[in-house]
Amino acid sequence: MSRYRKIVSKLVASLLLTAVFSINNNVLAADGEALFKANCASCHKVDKDFTGPALQGWKDRVPEGDWIYQWMASPAKMIDTDPYSQELFKKWGPTKMTAFASMPKEEIDAIFKYVDEYKPAGSGDGSAVAAPAEDQSTLWYGILTLIFALIGFVLLQVNSNLRKLSDEKEGIKRGEPVPFYRNKTYLMTAILVLFAIGGYWTINGAIGLGRHQNYEPVQPIFYSHKVHAGINQISCLYCHGGAQDSKHAGIPSVNVCMNCHMAVKEYTGEKLVRPDGTEVNGTAEIQKLYSYAGWDPNGGPEGKGGYNPDKNGDGVPDGARPIEWVKIHNLPDHVYFNHSQHVKVGKQQCQTCHGNIQDMAEVKQFADLSMGWCINCHRQTKVDFNADGKGNRFYSIYEKFHQDMKNGKMDSVTVEHIGGTECQKCHY
Amino acid sequence: MNKKYWQSFGELTQSDNHQQASQNEFQEELLPLADLDGKGILDAATPRRDFLKYLGFSTAAAAIAASCQTPVKKSVPYLNRPDDVTPGIANYYASTYINAGDAISVVVKQRDGRPIKIEGNELSSVTKGGTSAQAQASVLDLYDPTRLRHPLQKSGSEFKEVSSFDAFDKMVADAVAAQGAKSIVLLTATIHSPSTLQVISEFLAKYPGSRHVQYDAVSYSGMLQANELSYGKRVIPSYQFNKAKTIVSLGADFLGTWLSPTEFSMQYAENRKVKSTKPELSRHIHFESMMSMTGSNADDRFTHKPSQTGAVALALLAKLGGAVTAPSIADKKLAAGIEKTAALLNASKGAALVVCGSNDVNIQVVVNAINEAIGANGTTINWAATTNSRKGIDSEMQQLVADMNAGSVGTLLVYAVNPAYSYNDSKKFIDGLNKVPVSVSFNGTMDETTEQCKYILPSNHWLESWGDAEPKTGYVSLIQPTINPLFKTRAFETSLLKWAANATDYETYFKNYWSAKLGSVAAWDKALQDGVIEPATSAASAAGAYNAGALAAAASKAASSKSGAYEVVLYEKISIGNGSQANNPWLQEVPDPVSKVTWDNYAMISTGFAKAVLGLDVVNNQRQADKYEVTPEKPVLKITVNGKSIELPALIIPGLNNETVAIALGYGRSSANKDQALEWTGRAAFGAGKNAYPFVGFDGANFSYTSVASVEKTGDVYALAQTQVHGSSENRPIVFETNLASYTANPASLLAHATEEREMVTPHGKTDFVKDATIYPDHAKPGIKWGMSIDLNTCTGCMACVVACTAENNVSVVGKIQVQRAHEMHWLRIDRYFTGDIENPDVIYQPMLCQHCDNAPCENVCPVAATNHSSEGLNQMTYNRCIGTRYCANNCPYKVRRFNWLDYNGSDSFADNQEALIGTDTNEVIRQMNDDLTRMVLNPDVTVRARGVIEKCSFCVQRLQESKLEAKKAQDPSLVRNVKVACSQACPSGCISFGNVNDPKSDVSIARKDATRNFYVLETLHVLPNVSYLAKVKNTDRQLGHQEEEAHAPAAH
Repeated sequence: MSRYRKIVSKLVASLLLTAVFSINNNVLAADGEALFKANCASCHKVDKDFTGPALQGWKDRVPEGDWIYQWMASPAKMIDTDPYSQELFKKWGPTKMTAFASMPKEEIDAIFKYVDEYKPAGSGDGSAVAAPAEDQSTLWYGILTLIFALIGFVLLQVNSNLRKLSDEKEGIKRGEPVPFYRNKTYLMTAILVLFAIGGYWTINGAIGLGRHQNYEPVQPIFYSHKVHAGINQISCLYCHGGAQDSKHAGIPSVNVCMNCHMAVKEYTGEKLVRPDGTEVNGTAEIQKLYSYAGWDPNGGPEGKGGYNPDKNGDGVPDGARPIEWVKIHNLPDHVYFNHSQHVKVGKQQCQTCHGNIQDMAEVKQFADLSMGWCINCHRQTKVDFNADGKGNRFYSIYEKFHQDMKNGKMDSVTVEHIGGTECQKCHY
Repeated sequence: MNKKYWQSFGELTQSDNHQQASQNEFQEELLPLADLDGKGILDAATPRRDFLKYLGFSTAAAAIAASCQTPVKKSVPYLNRPDDVTPGIANYYASTYINAGDAISVVVKQRDGRPIKIEGNELSSVTKGGTSAQAQASVLDLYDPTRLRHPLQKSGSEFKEVSSFDAFDKMVADAVAAQGAKSIVLLTATIHSPSTLQVISEFLAKYPGSRHVQYDAVSYSGMLQANELSYGKRVIPSYQFNKAKTIVSLGADFLGTWLSPTEFSMQYAENRKVKSTKPELSRHIHFESMMSMTGSNADDRFTHKPSQTGAVALALLAKLGGAVTAPSIADKKLAAGIEKTAALLNASKGAALVVCGSNDVNIQVVVNAINEAIGANGTTINWAATTNSRKGIDSEMQQLVADMNAGSVGTLLVYAVNPAYSYNDSKKFIDGLNKVPVSVSFNGTMDETTEQCKYILPSNHWLESWGDAEPKTGYVSLIQPTINPLFKTRAFETSLLKWAANATDYETYFKNYWSAKLGSVAAWDKALQDGVIEPATSAASAAGAYNAGALAAAASKAASSKSGAYEVVLYEKISIGNGSQANNPWLQEVPDPVSKVTWDNYAMISTGFAKAVLGLDVVNNQRQADKYEVTPEKPVLKITVNGKSIELPALIIPGLNNETVAIALGYGRSSANKDQALEWTGRAAFGAGKNAYPFVGFDGANFSYTSVASVEKTGDVYALAQTQVHGSSENRPIVFETNLASYTANPASLLAHATEEREMVTPHGKTDFVKDATIYPDHAKPGIKWGMSIDLNTCTGCMACVVACTAENNVSVVGKIQVQRAHEMHWLRIDRYFTGDIENPDVIYQPMLCQHCDNAPCENVCPVAATNHSSEGLNQMTYNRCIGTRYCANNCPYKVRRFNWLDYNGSDSFADNQEALIGTDTNEVIRQMNDDLTRMVLNPDVTVRARGVIEKCSFCVQRLQESKLEAKKAQDPSLVRNVKVACSQACPSGCISFGNVNDPKSDVSIARKDATRNFYVLETLHVLPNVSYLAKVKNTDRQLGHQEEEAHAPAAH
């Protein structure tokens, strides 16, 4: 029973996490939680101070009237004029809050409704993810195979001994019995088995050349996705915004890191551990970031932190340089892959291809990124056809498929049906 | 009997060699093994060893390649990402292509900080989104490895780097100050940038006695002066070909190279589009000595000797009632042509236009009189907006060279011109230059003039510059940089400002200039975004005040032109032009539309000329036609003009005047410094052709591009790289044409032949050719089905599409030796067919690209299914699956598949593995194209192909995918109507329509509605192409196409 419980808890956990990482940003106005997570969560928590102040109890703090809407529309303008805003800036600066000028009033209301009604979740099992279960079945198959092989071997020996006995009984003279290790049948079987296994490994190895599943290189900064995306629930798109617009998801530039880390100067969360077991000093890693950004946590006019002056005149603070991350996911040059097609149009979760990234301390390659893996998904994934009027209106041009679905000739349209397994969708 | 369309003399005479050659698509041995001689591999001694060598090498190579560790790749983000940059998304910036006086409004595609493609700017009312081959190719000039990388100073015979701009400024200022009263001369190409002109005037004001000389390598000075005589203004008016019903050109290649060809192509095309409901066409009559691209597009064409241009103009004027006496014209055809032309001009007074390519002021005065007589002034010729792209006056240049030699010029500043190459007496110019104490060049490369200068301060490429252009008065096009300067270069204008003691740099100056002019920052931002500043409504045409006073004198001078037994006419090619872009491999490899020759210039002569001088009868004598044509080696002619000689290979093209040799300018770039010649000239330009500028004459007032010559055969041969016969189509019905009268009377007759054939192939009792005339099933295209329609009536053969395709799709440059072996890689070619009278044939251009057949013959024969069909009707080519059997290319009826014989792009695993082949199998240009700098031009969305795979037109699938993605994101299928493939975008006459055939509102569906002209090439093969063509209708009285056939062989059927 315990195994079932594990599976159930795992399911619940992934459902929860999937909901958390929902990247569908075309949310309806009422969905305050999603709005909060998409827009605010990277700097604010509901009940704790973070890069920005905790939002709970906001009504008691801010001035009456439509202050909150004005502030959301343009914090910079408010800081210039409004005394309470200036006070806020003094406390939480030097970064000004991002403006949400085009956010409708209903959405702002929805966000604060969510904030007001927020109750901290119980100490959920969300983060306790069970060890992978599929390893066990492989082990069982292996053991079974071994047992059968052993039984087979014993039976063959028994057979040969019995024959020897019967021969002796019937007085048939045979040559000296050949020991099993010189028995040609055994040898041939062994060779064939070895050849098959060797061939399997060789072919697999050859196919696998250039594939790097589970590749987990050491990065210049120990950046934990678990801390950022998992525990602090920062939306994937806050840093990898290109995933909705471009073929590249993009690695965030250093200034994106600094948006939060100008305020978050030390790491106080749970222990960070490398795969080899050594502990990581989170605060020291943040210091590394400051060195890349050319930022001095004790600098600035008030000693609250500031960028180094640009004495060498290269247009950036002295010492600032981009971080040279080690690229993990590499596709061959003749493959065209577009993130926005999958994320924005196909509405795929990041986790589908990248695994449970919110649980990874350092990122490793989850899928083997092979063509078979791509094709397989294209064969199985259903397209958001507008059969019920809710799907993507682009597909209205596929009149034949709509007709077939109406007539019951097909029940759904997969990516393959609209040409998703054709060569020139990815190779040109 | 079918009417014959022929691409080569061999095809015309159906010689044995031609037939043999046309059976063999790839004229190469299959294995790279020596001495097989038909023996089996095992029987031949050497091949066995070779075989083992190759086997051993590949095993070792595979083993090494497999055992290498995968290198660690870095992913380096921005430190601060600019707001408008998203990695992987291209940005488009409006700018202006500038080359000397030429200016075309463009939109530059910039991807991850690199400009990679030029597109036409559709907001410009001058060029309306059209481009030219040169504009398309100019993005490659930005990444030219010969560009100078920092300021230089000559010391002795060497150049040494100048450490900073400030040091350079000081050095030049000191040197200039030391010259005292000696004059300062600024020598530039035509400049029509309003802000630059203001900078120049500030600079000249600072130095009294200084002057600005504008010099055009190919001059329009005769026209400028003629206009001064006739209209009192030394300017060129703007021409409105779209308002002309009758267009007569006297040797002006106005669709190719004359004045503003992109603008004119767009205008010309307006009246060349046939509407099936009410067919109307303008009438284009061309008089010339050679066979120009524009001439080849004319409805009627007449040839004459170059010296007769004046006589033709006078005869025309006389027939139109002008008070001039014209010299008699002996040639009956020509005389009849003039008679007919005059009648047509008379009939369409007020809607007629005569243009003339001569640089003779007298002839241009006569042409002005003609235009006056036919009411062109103020209707088709507009004096309200003048054309500013050519302003050089030749006598000013002559004066400057004289002054330089006399030692009265103290400082010479040279910008965007190269007179040491393009001046007809370059030795005199160089001698003069050496007598100038301070010479500064702002040119970007170490060209013939720059290497003679004492100080060099390279200016930015236009893609790195701020600036503006006003090619037509009132129509300004802005230039904005799309990349930081790659090297330590500085805008020419900034230098002038600095030296005029103005501290602002040109960028600020330019912004202030326009912000002030436009009145607000918002207006300026809008202008910069649009790229153009134009009057809200185009001003009405205005006439110039005509003064006939100069006509009588001019007429008598124009009548007495010096003639000889043989005459030379010099012309510009649509690709190389005046030679300033000679080191552009894309342009060098584009075949000339008429001659189909790449990488060289040559002496273009007629069949009659060949018979007389070379003793070659390529028309009637099969053996001689073969000898001349099958091998690339052509007999060499020695041509002498004014005591200067050039030896050039003879290229026989039908339709030239029989006493004329035509030679292209712009070739034969070199350097006085023999050690550095390859590096300085560039690997593409070096060794390409001969310099014909020394043949340019001077008639006392202007340069002349025609002269009397003596011609002799030398006995040498020279190999030309021609793409002509590679695309033979075996006399099959591939083009259809007729004349306007016949089309109007019976539109269905134009394609009657095709209809007939279709019915013959369809089984008896069935009606649907597509479904019933085949054993293959019908494959549904449920969503989008891509298709293209090409209007043969408006295609002029200008090659802009070919270069655009090369740029968009990373098409390899292969070099001259490889082109000779028929290995050129162009995905899109323009087939040129001659038809009719061999003395003066009609020409049809037909862009030929992968037809994306629905029953594609190539797909069936691929053993590895590397080429197959998509559900959107694309014939897909998968490079990483291709094993290079080339069966597909053999089975393609259109011959559009290209094979990578060598590693042209350096994309193999082994670096520099083509080095050993340079000189024998390939050219230096391979090195240039594989330079890291040049490779920045590659389109990151298109795979760079390796050796051993086939490639071909993909219908720009990367653009189709992008457009579908946009449409899916916006959930609006109509957005895919916006997609434009590279060739269609580049076309200056809008002859290519592309889109979704399943969508009745797409461009292609609209174009295909004209059933009387819509045909498919080789339709009866039932390959079901997705590219259709609109048949050609010419506005001539001559009978064309099926009519001519019937007239000549009435009882044949």
